[in-house]
Amino acid sequence: MVQLTLPKNSRMTVGKTWPKPQGATSLRKVQIYRWTPDDDANPRLDTYFLDMDSCGPMVLDALIKIKTEIDPTLTFRRSCREGICGSCAMNIDGINTLACIYGMDEIKGDIKIYPLPHLPVVKDLVPDLTHFYAQHASIMPWLETKTNRPAKEWRQSIEDRKRLDGLYECVMCASCSTACPSYWWNGDRYLGPAALLHAYRWIIDSRDEATGERLDALEDPFKLYRCHTIMNCTKTCPKGLNPAKAIAHIKKMMVDRVV
Amino acid sequence: MRYLTDRKRAEGKGASRTGTEHHWSMQLSGVGLAFLVPTFIYIFGHALGSDAAAAQAMFARPFTAILTGLVLVVSMRHFARGAAMMIEDYWRGTARKMALIFVISLSWAVSAAGLFALAEIAL
Repeated sequence: MVQLTLPKNSRMTVGKTWPKPQGATSLRKVQIYRWTPDDDANPRLDTYFLDMDSCGPMVLDALIKIKTEIDPTLTFRRSCREGICGSCAMNIDGINTLACIYGMDEIKGDIKIYPLPHLPVVKDLVPDLTHFYAQHASIMPWLETKTNRPAKEWRQSIEDRKRLDGLYECVMCASCSTACPSYWWNGDRYLGPAALLHAYRWIIDSRDEATGERLDALEDPFKLYRCHTIMNCTKTCPKGLNPAKAIAHIKKMMVDRVV
Repeated sequence: MRYLTDRKRAEGKGASRTGTEHHWSMQLSGVGLAFLVPTFIYIFGHALGSDAAAAQAMFARPFTAILTGLVLVVSMRHFARGAAMMIEDYWRGTARKMALIFVISLSWAVSAAGLFALAEIAL
């Protein structure tokens, strides 16, 4: 039976409240999930106060400021700071998104930051994406061909290339998969929206010659058909992509094979 | 504790090569019920308040009898597949298998009982 309550050692406790910066006129309260595997303590919610006059506009700016000036033990992933690498995906104000492209002005009231939901936590805001990446690898995210390699290049028409728009832009941040209730309950077997969007990207690639094998590998009540068109994936995608539509197209292709 | 690679865990037992038939049949029965149920409710609504003889005469008409039979069978098949999907979502292991057996058996039992009652009334 699905687990509806958190285990005792995962329940949140009240954390430390850090002092307000002196002389600040524009204060913003930021609450951040903290957990470390180094002790047996439960996760806690630490409270920080930021002087917005000396802080950048994005949530990632706030995190970097906290780590640099207040609490160097705060742990989070970040790299490109412009929505390309997908490293800083986290749950901000109840929404899975990228901290680097989510403005603090979009949040009313206190800023609450948690790691991506329903994934094991490595530390603080860093989730364990091992299984997520392994699922991505399982859909063979590369060009599969059987014809001899052409002398120059695999050619693709402009129209066929356009079909990949809205798919290739995915940065694998895992915001969509971790927003999906089906992935929460059956993430061990359901591939999730991100992996399925990538699967569709290769299925419809005009140069790929493994369409049948790719569809065969997805034809499963759990790998593909756990998608119940809840649409959380599309709503939360920080890149504005539509994984639910890609999954619907895969299902349509599956039906076209048998009807 | 099992020393499995991440890829091995992700692959699991591989694809079962089923699911599309279930998906397509749910779409078919869903579309079918969208027509069957309103028609049945309309006809059944007319029979409400009438005496037993009139109701019996209405269900004895071929169209009403066939429609009622279809509603019973198609809705129960739709229910069984939909409930199975929910059970697969939330239940694990033996409990999942037992619940699936119960729901599928229940749907057939309701269909059979309904068809028997319909035959009793209509014939």
